[in-house]
Amino acid sequence: MNSANLAVFEPLIFYGFAGLLLLASLLVIGLRNPVQSALSLVLCFFASAILWLGLQAEFLALILVLVYVGAVMTLFLFVIMMLEIDKVVLQRAFAKYWPFALLVAAVLVGILIFILLPTHTLVEPSKTSLANTSNIKELGGVLYTQYMYAFELAAVLLLIAIVAAISLAFRGRKPSSKAQDIAKQIQVQRHERVRLVSMPAEKKNN
Amino acid sequence: MLTITLSHYLIVSALVFVISLTGIILHRRNVIALLMCLELMLLAVNTNFIAFSHYLGNNAGQVFVFFILTVAAAEAAIGLAIVMLLFRNRGNIDIDKLNELKG
Repeated sequence: MNSANLAVFEPLIFYGFAGLLLLASLLVIGLRNPVQSALSLVLCFFASAILWLGLQAEFLALILVLVYVGAVMTLFLFVIMMLEIDKVVLQRAFAKYWPFALLVAAVLVGILIFILLPTHTLVEPSKTSLANTSNIKELGGVLYTQYMYAFELAAVLLLIAIVAAISLAFRGRKPSSKAQDIAKQIQVQRHERVRLVSMPAEKKNN
Repeated sequence: MLTITLSHYLIVSALVFVISLTGIILHRRNVIALLMCLELMLLAVNTNFIAFSHYLGNNAGQVFVFFILTVAAAEAAIGLAIVMLLFRNRGNIDIDKLNELKG
């Protein structure tokens, strides 16, 4: 397939998945059941991963699906299913705040679309396309050289997040669980474990 | 109209941002819904970064998105751990009832 054919498909894919993204994000805030809205958020991530593919950010699109859909949203679903959320509270809050929310949304949409119209953004598509080499190779090239310290800081941040999340949610050891106590193991004395028994020698009688 | 420009992507992500802001106002009392709206908001911001990165021919924006994804994953993990702790100690996750520090 030549590039002229592909150019016809690009707006089609953009409008289709942008519409899907907007619809799914409306469902995220509109649905009452938290499990349903978490699943709509998964749909949002998929649709925007496709949009990112259209922007030639293949690595980040795949990472979005793997990390977000695979890990973060699974975590959300686990937590939602473990908690029993009071749906009445949600409905009362809905009825109370929606005029204010609608007002804020309308004002912001008006301002943002006015600013972001093509006549106001003066960014020209650059001639130096990023698509010459693979996207992963390019990102890796700057990530491990120019952004090395930031990369290591991100790793330390993830470690701290693991420690914090586990220490927050850890309930303490159950008394019935069978775990090693290393201090007790190395304090053991010989006489606690070994007992020498003196008994007379026996003859084999046959 | 048939070529997709930077403005198209910026408008879509602005709309997603506004939708998630509306969600934060509507679901002010449910912590889990708030966290999900925050994830949606970060998604809109990341789309902005990637669109600029593509149209300016500079991959610093993609590196930035990489780090935002890292921080957002850490934030979601710790936030959900706090929600679990809150629910275990109090039996609900209503923000309006979190007033013990008020004195």
